[in-house]
Amino acid sequence: MKGNFYLQGFLTFLKIGLFTIGGGYAMIPLIEREVVDRHHWLSKEEFLDLMSLSQALPGVFAVNFSIYIGNRLRGLRGSLALAAGVVLPSFVIILLVAMFFTAFADNPVVNAVFKGVRPAVVALIAVPCVSLGKAARITWANAWFPLAVAVLIAVLGFSPVYIIVAVALGAYVYGRYFKNDKR
Amino acid sequence: MIFLELFWVFFKIGLFGFGGGYAMLSMIQGEVVSAHSWLTTAQFADIVAISQSTPGPIGINSATYAGYISVINAGYPAAWGVAGSLLATIAVVLPSFLLVMLVLGVLRHYREHPITQLIMQALRPTVVGLLIAAVLMLLSEDNFGNPADSPWQFGISIFLFVAAFVGTHYFKVSPIRMILLSALAGLLLYL
Repeated sequence: MKGNFYLQGFLTFLKIGLFTIGGGYAMIPLIEREVVDRHHWLSKEEFLDLMSLSQALPGVFAVNFSIYIGNRLRGLRGSLALAAGVVLPSFVIILLVAMFFTAFADNPVVNAVFKGVRPAVVALIAVPCVSLGKAARITWANAWFPLAVAVLIAVLGFSPVYIIVAVALGAYVYGRYFKNDKR
Repeated sequence: MIFLELFWVFFKIGLFGFGGGYAMLSMIQGEVVSAHSWLTTAQFADIVAISQSTPGPIGINSATYAGYISVINAGYPAAWGVAGSLLATIAVVLPSFLLVMLVLGVLRHYREHPITQLIMQALRPTVVGLLIAAVLMLLSEDNFGNPADSPWQFGISIFLFVAAFVGTHYFKVSPIRMILLSALAGLLLYL
């Protein structure tokens, strides 16, 4: 399929942004179908490479992913087109919700709904603690580590930013100066 | 002043928000609720709920929402809220662009390097810790009710929490359906 890549890429990622509910990871199957199967912009291998790169880096996963794909295909202008597409639907929808919701926040119906929804939402965030914990290879033996991180942030009020920097630095120093000595 | 702060805070979130989605929540909450008091814990939980049931990445959703609400709460009119919303969204995305330039240029050569692998290995469980922190901070009176003042609401909240966890984790009920069911429960029980 020929045509303007920027427009086509923008519209494709607009669709991806519009039809995935439940956050970044839910977008992966739809991005794969559009980018690999439908438009043949990337091979499956390239797709996996860009995905792991997007996951390894900070930032919004789906946005990172769109920037990498756009950059890979058409440089900076490509990444601007795809990122704009993926961000726009949620920006418009949430802005409308924010404007509408502030006006109706004291409405008893809205209040009742959110009193019910709030505890369920906390549970929805607790679920990936377990599933991602498995992917990060957390067992009963090393569970103290994520728990210590959680206590530092939630109870002692440390900023997650400093903890991430400290852990990355610690791993670097360990790998650079201690692990090599064993050889 | 609030615009400058908004930009800086969401730029930081975009720059240090490892792990995407929910892992970013504890950072957003730490900045927006704890450090700057732009939103209450309850308003923050509302963002999460709204993000769960609307399209798009959660990091963008919360930037857009918090950008608008914080400017409105600071006493500005709605048009300025839209500007705050746009500013926060651009700020959270900007570091990604800068990092792509950096990463595709330099870091790519070191991806297979053992030290890079070691750092990534250490960051994965850290990200899970951030997630647990988000849950701990959301286990509050704002979200569950006070057990002494309103035992009825507290009991319902605990039940909905357990039901949502079991339903999503063990029975693979979709999060959207779970949100809709708990909204219905709230409507029936509290109205």
